[in-house]
Amino acid sequence: MKFALPITLVVLTVALMVAGLVWTGHAGGTVGIAAGSAMYGLTPKADTPEHALANLLADAQRRNWDRAYADISKTSDVDESSFIQDWIGSNGGLRSFSSLEGFDSRPMHITNDEAQMRVRLHWTTPVGPIEDVRDFHLIKEGDVWKTVWPKVQIPSVPAQVVPVTYLRWDLVTGGAADEWGSKNVDAPHVRIISMNAVDSAEGAVVMGEVVNEDTIPAFVNVNAALVDGVGNAIDQENSFDKIAHILLPKQVTPYRIDFPTISLKSVKNVRMDVKATLVPASADPVIGVMNQKVESDVQGKSILHGDLLNESGQTVNIPHVVASFYDNNGKVVWVADGYVDRALLPQSSEPFAVEIPRSLAGKVQNFHVVVNQYSLGRS
Amino acid sequence: MQLLLQVCARVLLGVTCLAGFCRAQDFQVPAVASAGDEANISTAGSGKATFYLIGPGVSRKSEVNLGESIHLQAQDTRTAGDYLAIVCSSTCRSAGFYVSAAKPASLTFLVHPSRVPVAQSDAVSGVALAFDQFHNLILHSLTVNFQLTAGNASLLSRQVPTQNGAAWFRALSGKSAGLLQVTAAVDELSARRAVQQVASDPCNLRITGQRTKTGITVQSEPVRDCAGNPVPDGTIVTFTATDANGKSSVDAPIKRGIAQAQMLAFGAASISAASGVVMGNEVRVGAQ
Repeated sequence: MKFALPITLVVLTVALMVAGLVWTGHAGGTVGIAAGSAMYGLTPKADTPEHALANLLADAQRRNWDRAYADISKTSDVDESSFIQDWIGSNGGLRSFSSLEGFDSRPMHITNDEAQMRVRLHWTTPVGPIEDVRDFHLIKEGDVWKTVWPKVQIPSVPAQVVPVTYLRWDLVTGGAADEWGSKNVDAPHVRIISMNAVDSAEGAVVMGEVVNEDTIPAFVNVNAALVDGVGNAIDQENSFDKIAHILLPKQVTPYRIDFPTISLKSVKNVRMDVKATLVPASADPVIGVMNQKVESDVQGKSILHGDLLNESGQTVNIPHVVASFYDNNGKVVWVADGYVDRALLPQSSEPFAVEIPRSLAGKVQNFHVVVNQYSLGRS
Repeated sequence: MQLLLQVCARVLLGVTCLAGFCRAQDFQVPAVASAGDEANISTAGSGKATFYLIGPGVSRKSEVNLGESIHLQAQDTRTAGDYLAIVCSSTCRSAGFYVSAAKPASLTFLVHPSRVPVAQSDAVSGVALAFDQFHNLILHSLTVNFQLTAGNASLLSRQVPTQNGAAWFRALSGKSAGLLQVTAAVDELSARRAVQQVASDPCNLRITGQRTKTGITVQSEPVRDCAGNPVPDGTIVTFTATDANGKSSVDAPIKRGIAQAQMLAFGAASISAASGVVMGNEVRVGAQ
C-alpha cells in the first residue's frame, strides 16, 4: 500500500511525458501547429495535413534532411540537394546564417485528397528575427499526407568575364609627422533633405532622406534627439540599419529612427544630427531595382515588391532594401526596409518585398528604393 | 608649475621692494632685445650682488660683480615676452624688458576647405601665422602675400598685414574644376596648400533611351555643371523607368562622364533621371 502513491505518480508522469511528446503539435494555439516534436521516432503519423506538414518542418528544423526529403511527395519537382539548398541557402546569403526557430501553420483549404496550408516560418538571423510566410500544397498518397515541394529556382550563372571599370575611392590619411596646418581631407558634405516625425503603433518614428552633396563617398549616420517642453532630452536614437550607410556622390538614401514606447504628444522638438565620415568605397556593384509595385498580398497587407538585378560581376551576399514612401505632396510618410535571404549572384535577380503599414497604405503615392549590399570579404 | 613659480617669485620680490628693502642699485637692461640674441645688462657700483632673471621660459639666479656687465646667453632669451631682471646686494632693484620674436623662420598656413565646388563666393579661406626659429609667434606687423592660382591663371594676389600675429583672406572659388594652389609668403618664406576645386551640381541633365532585346538601355549625355565642368566619375545618376509592370530604378555611377543603365521594361515606358536633388529630362520609349 505504501508504494501505491509513488508508483501512481511515476506512471502518471511517464504517461504525461509521452503524451506531451506525441501531441506537441496540437499545443500551438487555436489555428497553429507548434514546432515539431522533441524526440526522434515520436513524430505523429502523417494522417492529417497538419501532421504531415509539422513532421516536415520539424525535420527541416533539426536539419534531418533525409527524413525531411522523405516527407515530401514524389510528385515534387525537386531533387534532395536542391531541396536542402532551399532550406540552408548558398553563396553566403542570409539564409546560410539563419536557423529555423519555429513555425506555425493554419489550413487554408482542405479536401479529402488535397490541402493548402499557410505557414509562418520564424527564422533567427544575424540581422534579427525574420518571419517568412509560405503556402504549401499537400496531397494524400495512400493513407499519409505528403507535401508537394515547389520547384526550386536556383539561379544559374554561366561562366563569363565581367569587366569592372567603375571607380573606387581609396583613403590616404596624413602621417603623424605632418606639418601643423597642412591638415587632412575634409569630411564629406551631406545634408538632410527631408524629415517627418509620426506616431506609429510601436512608438514615435522620425524619418526622411539624406543626400551626399559631395564628390567623394560618405559613411552616413543620422541621429535624432526628442526634446520635451522644457528642453530636456527625452530619448536619443540613431538610424541603425534603416539607412544606406555608404552614400556615393549625389546619392540619396531614406533613413528611419525608431523611438519605441514614446509618443509624440510628449515631444516639443526634434534635434537632428547627421554624421558623415570619409570612407573608401567602390561604385561597383550596381544593383537595379526592377518591377517595383505596391500590391496587396494574400493576407491583405500592402506590400512593395520587385526584383533586385545585380548588373555587375560580383556576388552580393546579403542585399538589403530600404524604401521611402511619399504622399501626393512628395512628403516622406514612411520608410521601411527588408533583407533578401538569398545571395544576389552576378547578372541575376532576386525578389524582394517590404510591407507598408495598413494605416498608411492609402496615402502612398510614390516610393524610392535604395539597396545596401553586404559582400563577404569586403567591408 | 614653472609659470606658477615665476609668478610667486615676482610677487615676493615686488612685495620686498615695496616694503623698502629695495634701494637704488643702478643697472641698465637692454632697450631692445630679440629672442635668441645674447644681451648684456650693465651694472654700476662695486661688490657682490645676486642677479635674478625671470622670464616666460627662464628662471635664473646667479652671483654677479657690480660694475661689470651681466651677460645674458642666447638660451636665456629664447622665449619672447616680458622679462624681469633683479639685482640684490644690500638692497634690491628690478627692471623689466621685453624680448620680441626673432625674424620669421616658419609660416603656418591653414586653408579651408580642402575641397570646394566651383564658383562659390567666400568659399576658400586661409590664415597665416609667422613664427621665429624658437616657435615664438611674431606679433609685430608683417606683410603676408597670399596668392591663389588655378592652372596658370592667377585668381587672387593680395598683400595682407598681420594683426596680432595673424593674416587672413577669404575668396571665391574659381570657375574651373582642378587643383587650386594657395600660397602664403613672407619675405623668402612661403607655405603652399592645395584645394581641390570640384564640379558643382549637374546642370541640364539630359538622357536618351534605346530599346534593346533585354529591355531599355538608357544613358545620359556628358554630365556637366552649369560652368561646363564635367561632374566627377562615380557621381550617382538615378534612372527611373515607369511602365505597366511598375517602376524600375537604377543608381548608376557616372563613368567617363556618362551614366548608363540597363532597365527591364518591355512595354512603353517613360524614363526620368535625377542626380542628388537635380532632376533631368524625361524620355518615352515605345513598346518592344
